[in-house]
Amino acid sequence: MSIRVVDAHKLSYRELNNEIRAAVAAGAATVKVEGACGQRYIGTGVNAPVHIEIYGTPGSDLAAFGNGPRITVYGNGQEAVGNTLNAGEIVIHGHVNDVLGVSMRGGRIFIRDYAGYRAGIHMKAYREMKPVIVIGGTAQHFLGEYMAGGVILVLGLGADDRPPVGDYVGTGMHGGVIYIRGRVDTDCLGKEVSVLPLTDADWDTIRGLVGDYCRYFGGDTRAILDAPFVKLAPVTHRPYGLLYVP
Amino acid sequence: MLGRDERIPSGCAIAGFINEDGRRENGERIRKFIANMRERSNGLGGGFAAYGIYPEYKDYYALHMMYSSRKARTETETFLAEKVVVVKDEPIPTRKIPEIGDSPLLWRYFVEIPPLRRREIIHEECFITDIVMTINSTIDGAFVASSGKNMGAFKAVGYPEDVARFYCLEEYEGYMWTAHGRFPTNTPGWWGGAHPFSLLDWSVVHNGEISSYGINYRYLEEQGYKCSLMTDTEVVVYAFDLLVRKHGLPVTLAAKVLAAPFWKDIDKISDADERQLLRALRIVYGSLLLNGPFSVLVARSGELIGLTDRIKLRPMVAARQGATLLVATEEAAIREVCPNPDRIWIPEAGTPIIGRLKGGAIHA
Repeated sequence: MSIRVVDAHKLSYRELNNEIRAAVAAGAATVKVEGACGQRYIGTGVNAPVHIEIYGTPGSDLAAFGNGPRITVYGNGQEAVGNTLNAGEIVIHGHVNDVLGVSMRGGRIFIRDYAGYRAGIHMKAYREMKPVIVIGGTAQHFLGEYMAGGVILVLGLGADDRPPVGDYVGTGMHGGVIYIRGRVDTDCLGKEVSVLPLTDADWDTIRGLVGDYCRYFGGDTRAILDAPFVKLAPVTHRPYGLLYVP
Repeated sequence: MLGRDERIPSGCAIAGFINEDGRRENGERIRKFIANMRERSNGLGGGFAAYGIYPEYKDYYALHMMYSSRKARTETETFLAEKVVVVKDEPIPTRKIPEIGDSPLLWRYFVEIPPLRRREIIHEECFITDIVMTINSTIDGAFVASSGKNMGAFKAVGYPEDVARFYCLEEYEGYMWTAHGRFPTNTPGWWGGAHPFSLLDWSVVHNGEISSYGINYRYLEEQGYKCSLMTDTEVVVYAFDLLVRKHGLPVTLAAKVLAAPFWKDIDKISDADERQLLRALRIVYGSLLLNGPFSVLVARSGELIGLTDRIKLRPMVAARQGATLLVATEEAAIREVCPNPDRIWIPEAGTPIIGRLKGGAIHA
């Protein structure tokens, strides 16, 4: 297994991405990026299942249009992590800012701690492609806004008395499913979503994702699963279908 | 030329910190802080506000002026001579660098209100704001960049890190600094239009746009403010000046005016007095609600305030390290100048993040 180390500190995002692509082209299985300090688009345009390890703070749009790499961040993410992600996996040992996984259409994102506003906004599924976001901590307002497909799981770990999710959950949602561990005040739900009972298939999905979460970050799968979960799904897949048609 | 005629349609970056223990430091940290977010600006505006930089003249209003002509300077100086005593005036030191071109004439004046006048003036600060408004709106080619005590705004058309070198900010020492990298969207990129916007010792740097600008500025003009800078951001400065200085609201309540809670959330408040208070604020100051996406850093002597719009349409990150509060658009920028903060977090929308000089704010 060849490992290539890139010191990012003095590099622009373009130079850094060129280094990563060159390393992948030269056959590196792992690219270690040290000293990331705000470079955008890290991992964009890398169409290979390479492992990119990032130390520091990667910039916004991490792995935008990502198509294959497995990215592990030892630090926090900024905005739009996994913007329009197509395939691959992003694992963040920290928290992330707003619009996590905006418009993602494939791949998986695991966040150890909390996520900012609008996580999973407009994520979508297509045939076999089913994007997944797992947030270990809490999610701020507008979780799953305009969500069109895929799976979001919020565990609310470490939230203590605070609710696991903010206000306006699933506003404009018309596809996909949101699972939330803990209790959710129905006042916080967008009018396009309803609370549904969990099926065996839902539990299988949750169990699998919690297992993966604990593998990445540690934690006791059984203890995490030993809690109430809420399932949210859209009332209709075309909430605005008649908006402009009297 | 101030370049007011240009319009180049093309987000923004904001950064700031306050050393709450009053420790002063030069402009190097703020320059690195904002430079980390270069991608967010496009070279059409950069600027800084610095507090605590003129200790030897701390009792005088420091007027930072931009002139596009000698005539504008002569007219302004004639006007100032009628109104105030200029105890010192000098060019604002700059260094010629290729990145910053076509500088207007930059001059600063330390002024006080003549002792005889003080007796007739009820509000000294209103006297100064009137001077600022008059210069900005009636003297062609003259523009007041800042007018507070022991502070100053330094701004230009260019990238902020270049603006810092242009103004030799490494030679100033302040306990609080804010910075802006501009990406003008709706308004022209001209020297006066670069951030921060400042009045008295208020300064504001802003990322976003104020969609409610029309209703805000009509209300503020009724209150005596003249919006003459061709930008939405100036209303934020005047709104804070009106609410906090003139009407005496605490900053936390001023934030509830500008980023007002939704009616449904006010209705949920169990404490009847608080519910009533928030209702009253929305009714009385409805015209000052700032609509649209914004993330702002507002500063005045001894105080730094970070605030986002109520549904968080622009990013903001805050951190604390010892006695220092840092706020910026991006976390990476904070880590550039403060690699291991004690705490770093994403503030709630519409909730102000406030840093204060220990021992209380020092307002004139």
